[in-house]
Amino acid sequence: MDLIASLGLGFSVALDPINILYCFLGVLLGTLVGVLPGIGPTATIAMLLPITFTLQAETALIMLAGIYYGAQYGGSTTAILINLPGESSAAVTAIDGYQMARQGRAGPALATAAIGSFFAGSVATLLLAFFAPPLARAALNFGAPEYFSLIVLGLLVSIALAHGSILKALAMIVLGLLLGMVGQDIYTGTPRFTFGVRELFGGLNFVAVAVGVFGVAEILRNLENETEREVGVKAVSNLWLTREDMRRVVMPILRGTGLGAVLGVLPGGGHILSAFASYSAEKRLSKTPGEFGKGMIEGVAGPESANNAAAQTSFIPLMTLGIPAHPVMALMVGAFILQGITPGPNVINEQPALFWGVIASMWVGNLLLVVLNLPLVGLWVKMLSIPYRVLFPAIVLFACIGTYSINQNVFDIYAIAFFGIVGYLLIRFGCEPAPLLLGFVLGPLLEEHLRRAMIISRGDPMIFIQRPISATLLVLAVGAVVIAVLPSIRRKRQEVFVEED
Amino acid sequence: MAVNASKNDAAAGAIFVAFGAYFALEALNYDFGTPLRMGPGFMPTVLGGILVALGMAVAITGLGKPDAEAPPRWPLRGMALILGTIIFFAATVRGLGFIPVVLISGFATALSSERNTILSALVITVGLCLLCMLIFVIGLGLIIPWFGPWLRF
Repeated sequence: MDLIASLGLGFSVALDPINILYCFLGVLLGTLVGVLPGIGPTATIAMLLPITFTLQAETALIMLAGIYYGAQYGGSTTAILINLPGESSAAVTAIDGYQMARQGRAGPALATAAIGSFFAGSVATLLLAFFAPPLARAALNFGAPEYFSLIVLGLLVSIALAHGSILKALAMIVLGLLLGMVGQDIYTGTPRFTFGVRELFGGLNFVAVAVGVFGVAEILRNLENETEREVGVKAVSNLWLTREDMRRVVMPILRGTGLGAVLGVLPGGGHILSAFASYSAEKRLSKTPGEFGKGMIEGVAGPESANNAAAQTSFIPLMTLGIPAHPVMALMVGAFILQGITPGPNVINEQPALFWGVIASMWVGNLLLVVLNLPLVGLWVKMLSIPYRVLFPAIVLFACIGTYSINQNVFDIYAIAFFGIVGYLLIRFGCEPAPLLLGFVLGPLLEEHLRRAMIISRGDPMIFIQRPISATLLVLAVGAVVIAVLPSIRRKRQEVFVEED
Repeated sequence: MAVNASKNDAAAGAIFVAFGAYFALEALNYDFGTPLRMGPGFMPTVLGGILVALGMAVAITGLGKPDAEAPPRWPLRGMALILGTIIFFAATVRGLGFIPVVLISGFATALSSERNTILSALVITVGLCLLCMLIFVIGLGLIIPWFGPWLRF
């Protein structure tokens, strides 16, 4: 069996002691930033990119992936214990999880989240192993028009998932695309928007933009209204589920895993969508829908499984097409490129050890997470009481030093300040930063493929509709926007996102 | 001033219009090209135009819908200290060297929280400086002098 041989190769890489160590470091850091306020996985991975530069490619990616799904996990811990989702996809978990904690059932809620996440992560990892190779093979036939349409799809889906105004999300994407165009034009070498500054010829530094918009802007936002966080639950006891609980969570976990695995593949942040979809599915299927929001264990099990499954399968578009599904994946693209690897359909053939190693490490990482989190939950609760005023000077310094260490380029640090203030203003005025970053990463790709496609078609834009794959992708993209604008869905989105405030 | 419109939407719209206009106008200096062979100015001009339109649309949708909540106060002290620190860091990291820059930056940032006292800010700063030295210079081999050329006499 091909798959078994490949997975065997993957596990031989993932179980290498050094890789286990970095996987552990990754999930540990991930859990930490998921739990801590004011810093999310995006900013963390951005700051750690320069550190991974010295590592082996496999090791670096294993660690970064660990941070990502570790943060998903840590985010749900805070969602349950203090009703503050550390990560956007945990917002749904907070609804019933926090209620359970208030009723003294924090232990079972955390255990359910852990079991659901572990199960979903394992299944989704298998699915990733199963579906990635054929998809990569299909993607080898993709030409410029298909890539263009795929990127358009990714960008538009991310709008559908942004909070609040769709117009603002669209504008943020376009702004991101434009910022991505700073630097030398790929075809003619003309410097664009550089103010004659040599350092800008290579484009804006991605890490600087990410750290500015997700790190500094977030700090300023938190300084608006400084309050110490209340930790309602001081001690968590009794992590075991009763038999009755067990019976109740089995089906939600299975359904959540399925939903998450499918929706996670969608570019644009499927993990948020899947948590939401799973929650409403459980509510609809339940015999007592009125009890949701008052501490139903099903409302924790389903969404938690869904967002973890989606976190794993969101690696599929990255590993097979080279298209990042959301900002964290965009940073993974940056990590690949730092290692001298172009992410895309060729990775699986040219770097099988890397490809399968990262997949196998996800399973190892999920296991580590369970071990790390359930017995040590008390430690994480303590972490919550670290005051913010100690944290953010560290974030600012790490951001500056880390960004500087990539290219020893002082200009990148000025860029952090610029994007920090622009990002802060935009967030303050009700715009979401994620679409901007996605646009920024995909902008150069979008332009390159559009221009190449137009040369192929001799200037005829019909090429995008005449090629069947491209046309399908575009139809899906339009569909995503239409669905997002539809009144009924709009209302639902509001319902879900209102809970987050 | 009672304006019957969302100030947030108007402000966000204005930022979008400003960026869009800058990119579109600046892109007019570059070769626009033809649809067959698009020049370097093609995408920025088109996207800049779209962004201006979107910015206006954002502002217009805010008309007649004033913001429900009063805006949070501006964290002026934090903004000035944090942004100032980052710029200070960039301007002096080569000249002053690692230790002085990290100490000064850390101290200034810590003070941007109204909850930090001078003493707690000092403690945080020294701790952070040691941590950064360990991680970046010793751990990662970042090539940067402890004390820069400006401090050598």
